[in-house]
Amino acid sequence: MLSVNENFPEYAVPGAKQHRFEPYADNGGSIVAIAGDDYAVIGADTRLSTGFSIYTRDQKKLFKLSESTVLGATGCWCDTLTLTRLLQARMQMYEHEHNKSMTTPAVAQMLSTMLYYKRFFPYYVSNVLAGLDSDGKGCVYSYDPIGHCARHNFRAGGSAAAQLQPLLDNQIGLKNMQNVTEAPLPREKALALLKDVFISAAERDIYTGDSIYILIITASGIQEEKFELRKD
Amino acid sequence: MSSIGTGYDLSASQFSPDGRVFQVEYAAKAVENSGTVIGLRGKDGVVFAVEKLITSKLYEPGANKRIFHIDEHVGMAVAGLISDARQIVETARSEASNYRSQYGSPVPLKYLNERVSMYMHAYTLYSAVRPYGCSVVMGTWTDYEGPQMYMLDPSGVSFSYFGCAVGKAKQAAKTEIEKLKLGDLTVKELVREAARIIYLVHDELKDKQFELELSWVSKDTKGRHELVPRELATEAENQAKQALADIEDSDEGEM
Amino acid sequence: MAFMGDTMNPTPLWQNGPSPGAFYNFPGNASTIAPSRHGVQDFTAHSASPITTTTTVIGVKFDKGCVIAGDTLGSYGSLARFRDCPRVMKVNDLILLGCGGDYADFQYLKDIIQQKIIDERCVGDGLQLKPRSLHCWLTRVLYNKRSKMDPLWNSYVVAGIQDGEPFLGAVDKLGTAYEDAVISNGLGAYMATPLLRDAVDKGPLDQETAIAVVRKSMEVLFYRDARAFQRYQLGVVTAEGIKITDEELKHDWSLAHMIQMK
Repeated sequence: MLSVNENFPEYAVPGAKQHRFEPYADNGGSIVAIAGDDYAVIGADTRLSTGFSIYTRDQKKLFKLSESTVLGATGCWCDTLTLTRLLQARMQMYEHEHNKSMTTPAVAQMLSTMLYYKRFFPYYVSNVLAGLDSDGKGCVYSYDPIGHCARHNFRAGGSAAAQLQPLLDNQIGLKNMQNVTEAPLPREKALALLKDVFISAAERDIYTGDSIYILIITASGIQEEKFELRKD
Repeated sequence: MSSIGTGYDLSASQFSPDGRVFQVEYAAKAVENSGTVIGLRGKDGVVFAVEKLITSKLYEPGANKRIFHIDEHVGMAVAGLISDARQIVETARSEASNYRSQYGSPVPLKYLNERVSMYMHAYTLYSAVRPYGCSVVMGTWTDYEGPQMYMLDPSGVSFSYFGCAVGKAKQAAKTEIEKLKLGDLTVKELVREAARIIYLVHDELKDKQFELELSWVSKDTKGRHELVPRELATEAENQAKQALADIEDSDEGEM
Repeated sequence: MAFMGDTMNPTPLWQNGPSPGAFYNFPGNASTIAPSRHGVQDFTAHSASPITTTTTVIGVKFDKGCVIAGDTLGSYGSLARFRDCPRVMKVNDLILLGCGGDYADFQYLKDIIQQKIIDERCVGDGLQLKPRSLHCWLTRVLYNKRSKMDPLWNSYVVAGIQDGEPFLGAVDKLGTAYEDAVISNGLGAYMATPLLRDAVDKGPLDQETAIAVVRKSMEVLFYRDARAFQRYQLGVVTAEGIKITDEELKHDWSLAHMIQMK
């Protein structure tokens, strides 16, 4: 019997290339989330871009999922739109079934499951989930596109994650510093830090800029804030 | 109906010895109990008028409509069982939609009529189904063929008409329609006539309340089937009431 | 209706997820001993590239509405093939739709949208589709097609009036969607966007100025985009309704000989 693979040459000829449709796009954008004792702050820039052109300077990438949970999502924007809509639908189904809104850790787990369901055709999305857990403590969850999930106290995601995260590690995680004592992070400081790291990221990452849209989650509700970044 | 009770009326798939299909005739009876529906084909368009009987005061005004859009350019007025009629409406709509997707142009009424008639006729052939208990009138106006109108029976028979009536008072309505010079009248004039006829043939003793539904498709509406504008409809309705009152007055005078 | 796919029986909520066995039958690692290098997908016909194409479509918001414009050239690769391909379409009294990319895909979707409008009229409740709804619907259609690796190769601009306010939104072949005061795709993203954003950033834009800057953008595009054409459609939507006009720009190449390129 002839084995197709061994006895016939590969028919793909160099030079003649089959153009393949690329289902993903990189639309950029960065997220930072910081959890405190009784709050969580999350911010994302508002630039939606592709390559060297900016689609819009005013795209919110934070999704209020409930009174105490916010999801930040960047990456392939069409996947982001689909994933968040599906997530909202699933949360509504949970609410109808259980007669209560989902807790942040429950959302976190469900998001992981939903991402992994598309393991072989993933949502190309960088997710950071922030909120209050059932004890009222701030929590932040981060993901990879196929559903790995981990809880942190602070996390950066998106196109400038590599610029943002080390700064947070140093300033909040107190990494690579001597003679420092750990202390709870006050909300004002977290907010100021968040703005500062974004200013730095906007200098280096062309996919991050225009402004930051910030949500501050506390037991009394979600506050909004906007902060301008450089627009070039 | 001499053959009633002889067992030949239980199935639509069986003839009676004298060559009738009773189920179809019973379906026609169901239509005769319905409020009167008339269709008038004039010089520049088609007008539909329906005497919609209100069987309960608890219905909202405008509920259970009997005039439907089939496509941009086709309207349908129905008599008989409303739920049966709605199914015919759905069939006609999907036929019209299919035609559009296949040929990229509005379905010719002649063709649509053929399709819907065939569909209704199919329900007179089998023992497992019953015929549709409704008659429908379809109309359109096109630039190249002018006004067209068809009426379909539960039997699946259909004809093209200048003027047609179906339902309770179809005889009286037909007599009135025959007096009209349909080919010379415009839709604006026909709307008044249609309203007048519906009011005239309405039996106040047997059926207390009714709503008048009016729609048209004409040159003036650019071949689109639309409800008659409220202003004109109320005017026509008021004139119809006045005409009726005048007749009653003169009747009393004679007595 | 019939050709809109089965609207009454939508696909299950869970699409693109694993089917039974999907966790252990990995692609290309099935139980066959000498696995074929070709996945099943290679044998189904999918569009890999657009055929007859149209170029940029631009849109801009002004104080009381939106303007959109797109030329009428259908290109077949580099060949200027068809000269009358209208692609600014009136959806209803409140929505304008503009399209760039594969013209056949646009015509396909146009027919579906028009049937949607007829279906809506058949309902007879007097309600009309709103621009944000159409925009969202388009994102779902295009995203689902891209997820089947069989995209509709288009960029759409939805312009309209939503609850009295102007609406302008874009969707591309992946389902990427956003709203902005200025939208343009293709080469227009590089050449028209700066002109349009400038005009918008200067402050409240009125209809006249908006139309003027759109006309200017179409002229610039015509001079530089090799797939552009002098005849174009200009659509304006305000609360008063929709107006689509055919425009032709005057061009003057008398300066062309001054440009020396090596």
